[in-house]
Amino acid sequence: MAAIDNSWATKGGLGWIATTFWVLLAVGPLAGFFTQDPSFEYYMFMGQSMLINTIAILGLNLLIGFNGQISLGHSAFFAIGAYTTAILMNFAGWPYYATIPVAAIICFGAGFLFGFPALKLEGHYLALATFTLAIAVPQLLKYKAIAGWTGGVGGLILDKPDAPEFTRLGTDQYLYYLCLILAMLSFWIVRNMLRGRSGRAMMAIRDHAMAAGTMGIDTAKYKTLTFGVSAGITGVGGALSAITVAYVAPDSFTLQLAVSFLVGLVVGGIASLPGCLVGGAFIVLIQNSSQSISDWMKVTFSLRYDVPAWAIYGILLILLMYFMPRGIMGGIETLWLKLTHRKETQA
Amino acid sequence: MEFFIQQLVAGLTSGAIYACVALGLVMIFVSTDHINFAQGEMAMFATYLAWAMIDVGFSYWMAFVCAVLLAFVGGLFIQRVILKPLETAPVLSLVVCFIALLSFFNALAGMLWSFTIKPFPTPFPPKDIFGNGLVSAQQLGIVAVTVIMLGILTVFFRYTTLGLAMRAAAQNASSARLMGVRVSWMLALGWGLAAAIGAVAGMLVAPIVFLDPNMMTGILVYGFAGALVGGIGNPMGAVAGGFIVGVLENLVGSYLIGNELKLSFALAMVVGVLLLKPAGIFGQVIVRRV
Amino acid sequence: MKLARRSALLGAGLTILSREGRAEKKYGPGVTDTEIKVGQTQPYSGNASAYGVAGRNQAAYFRMINETQGGVNGRKINLISLDDGYSPPKTVELVRQLVERDQVFCLFYTLGTQTNTAIHKYVNQKKIPHLIVASGASKWGNPKQFPWTMGWQPDYHTEGLIYAKHLLATNKSPKIGILRQNDDMGNDYVEGFHEGLTETLKKFIVSDVTYEATDPTVDSQILQMRNAGADVIFNVTTPKFAAQAIKKIAEIGWKPTHYLVSVAASVGAVMRPAGVENGQGILTAQYLKDVTDPRWDDFPDVKEWRAFMAKWNPTANVLEGSNASSYAAAYAFVRILKSCGDELTRENLMRQAANIKNMEVPLMLPGIKVNTSPDNFYPLQSMQLARFEGDHWVLFGDMLSRHKG
Repeated sequence: MAAIDNSWATKGGLGWIATTFWVLLAVGPLAGFFTQDPSFEYYMFMGQSMLINTIAILGLNLLIGFNGQISLGHSAFFAIGAYTTAILMNFAGWPYYATIPVAAIICFGAGFLFGFPALKLEGHYLALATFTLAIAVPQLLKYKAIAGWTGGVGGLILDKPDAPEFTRLGTDQYLYYLCLILAMLSFWIVRNMLRGRSGRAMMAIRDHAMAAGTMGIDTAKYKTLTFGVSAGITGVGGALSAITVAYVAPDSFTLQLAVSFLVGLVVGGIASLPGCLVGGAFIVLIQNSSQSISDWMKVTFSLRYDVPAWAIYGILLILLMYFMPRGIMGGIETLWLKLTHRKETQA
Repeated sequence: MEFFIQQLVAGLTSGAIYACVALGLVMIFVSTDHINFAQGEMAMFATYLAWAMIDVGFSYWMAFVCAVLLAFVGGLFIQRVILKPLETAPVLSLVVCFIALLSFFNALAGMLWSFTIKPFPTPFPPKDIFGNGLVSAQQLGIVAVTVIMLGILTVFFRYTTLGLAMRAAAQNASSARLMGVRVSWMLALGWGLAAAIGAVAGMLVAPIVFLDPNMMTGILVYGFAGALVGGIGNPMGAVAGGFIVGVLENLVGSYLIGNELKLSFALAMVVGVLLLKPAGIFGQVIVRRV
Repeated sequence: MKLARRSALLGAGLTILSREGRAEKKYGPGVTDTEIKVGQTQPYSGNASAYGVAGRNQAAYFRMINETQGGVNGRKINLISLDDGYSPPKTVELVRQLVERDQVFCLFYTLGTQTNTAIHKYVNQKKIPHLIVASGASKWGNPKQFPWTMGWQPDYHTEGLIYAKHLLATNKSPKIGILRQNDDMGNDYVEGFHEGLTETLKKFIVSDVTYEATDPTVDSQILQMRNAGADVIFNVTTPKFAAQAIKKIAEIGWKPTHYLVSVAASVGAVMRPAGVENGQGILTAQYLKDVTDPRWDDFPDVKEWRAFMAKWNPTANVLEGSNASSYAAAYAFVRILKSCGDELTRENLMRQAANIKNMEVPLMLPGIKVNTSPDNFYPLQSMQLARFEGDHWVLFGDMLSRHKG
């Protein structure tokens, strides 16, 4: 894990690309005022899913990419965030926006607490301990003693919020902006954290925990805090997912979800902030693309069987890792360095 | 009392299943220092190959041997072709590759053989050992095979040159290379052996749980639990861990907490053991030089 | 995308042209003179992938309708069947894709309880016909609150009740053990079963054990039921665990009265893998003919189904129960579409679906007819008990339903 280059995260280089990107994300949906395309709302919903995944991956990236603690269990914090929102909306009658900070705080607490046992675990062991967390979650959500609150196996059905009158936005357009604002806020928090003292401490711990300790960094404090912040950000993603899907159920938070976050993170690029956006988009688009490729193959080669989309997904992932072992952003960076002949930085 | 013994036997049987799977995981961990999330699906796929061979008329043992050999070759192939180019990639990129393999094998098996469950033959007679419905030959057989595999592996890793070379390659590749060990091939061999063990495990498990593409998903989780409780760096520990998880899970499920939390209990046990003794109950603590 | 929109425009143009000829043609979204677009989500991957058989079979059925009959009233059915992996958020995303981007006319046979719950409100707000839902929960038959959603099969609740009634009629003091999957299917069945037992007789239940879909085996649970002294078991499982349970019960030499839910009573997918000798005497309830039972061999609908499977879906396992039930559902759907005539609007589709009078559907047991009305959204309600004898199910007793039973 040692040789991670963070230039993209902390330096200003290529910052203008990121800025343009955010501006595009903000301006794009305004097309909704002009277009008559009936699928516009659906694209907005896709946009929400991408941003929600991006937020969750950002949380995970903070932990894995910048602090070196591997978690395969972030679906658990995503679920806690989603259920916090659902329970507050359903039983306490809270408005959706008020539940998001609560979800963030509760997830921060849960992550912070989980951070303590995690201190004693390293590498593979931490990965597997968090893996068990991801598997236990759906089962715990169904448990009789709390089924009154979680809705048990049936889950909780929520009301999808309407856009406030003055914004003149459609529901999905409005929710998209809600996700976008929270995503930008999360990025801003993470970026500031990384640029400051705490970020340097986190990365020092990642690169060499013992050396960091001897330099006077309180490794335990930073590790648990990072775990907390990471879980809190992922929890915001969960809360948004409960609001946009308007339904929470144990089957929504299985191990597959945790795995998809991890895949999104690695594909986007570990320790790369723009990589989180790439990863978020990847998760949403890849499944549909695998399906299309499968349909195309069946028609083109007139096959007797359906080529399963998940087999194609597997092959695509392996190819991607083969050509870009450091993820898409890592690949782009390598390419950029090659193009600009800045070979000396690669040493 | 009878109920207790029955639950104990049921626990030992599941324990043997977990232990088998755990052995494959340990094999890859010891010889390549990776945790193979696709182990279960590879085992499942090998079992389907055996089923397909029996279906076209092979005898059970013929199919068994062929499936194990095919799995071995398949394991070698996966390491040489898919994983070797990624030797220098970050660990998580490899994890993603394992996930890709998992999803690939699962989908492929579903396409080739459908998701309907299939009965799988067992080499053990449908006999009751003590005549009181407590222990069936199948149960005894699966425990026996697990123990035999464990014995072979222990001898292999402790006393044969090849086994020692494989361990050396995983633990300290550069020193091993200086000693003349062909590290890259050792890793491939580890994959081959793990896949072969997985094939045996799959063929033992299938008569009990029935063959379907998702057969190993649940079992793999318990296999992980067993390996971690016993110590993932040590075959003996992993097998013991598998049995411990199987027995405790059944007893605690029937007497204390009910069936809903069985899995959660096993997972809590994992976290507990990891915290108290990260290398597992039977694992050795590795002191690392900095 | 662009192409699809263009063909939609083309379709709209044709509509205007042809209106001069026949004035009564009225189309909703997703319908043209040549095509009806139908949407569906199925678990082709993930833990529930065994159910994905249904979607593939229905795709084959519609292909058959399109190629041999030129579609429905001259319009080909274009089934867009997508994989949701049994994950509710994914279902929401895909159904929105089907409705908003692909502009399907209606949804048909979307599979799963949690997955359909996730889209229940949405489709009713959008007024999308959500027909023949492939789930046995009872909530799909609520036309007052959800006028756009209609179920299909006899609901689990009713089936559970039927078993309880039969049990009470044959055994005055049973000791009941319940084995159930810890999910909504398990809950629905057991609730119906409780209702049938009534509050006072619930004491007959001596053991109620659950398992998770991720558990490797249910051996421990079976021993628990036997240890509690059960002499009747109510087996609420999915096919794989049903087969395990049947085998294990025989292995330990236990002989309880065994009620097995219809979901897991497929001969090909459960009884044969478990060993037919182990399944003798097991009871279940059915609404479909068991296609593996030779007594139905000469019935024209079974013959026709066999021919269909051989020609249009040759790679499927004909012993798999879903291949029969999904065929019957697809047949009924085509009949409903036909009855819409040239008025293919979403409103008319719901109107036709809610006014089915004694429709005979192939593969249903003799005497079972589909009936709906604007305040009855349960198309099928009757089931008949059957006992496993030899290598097939043997029916006995009267047709039972919630009202009569």
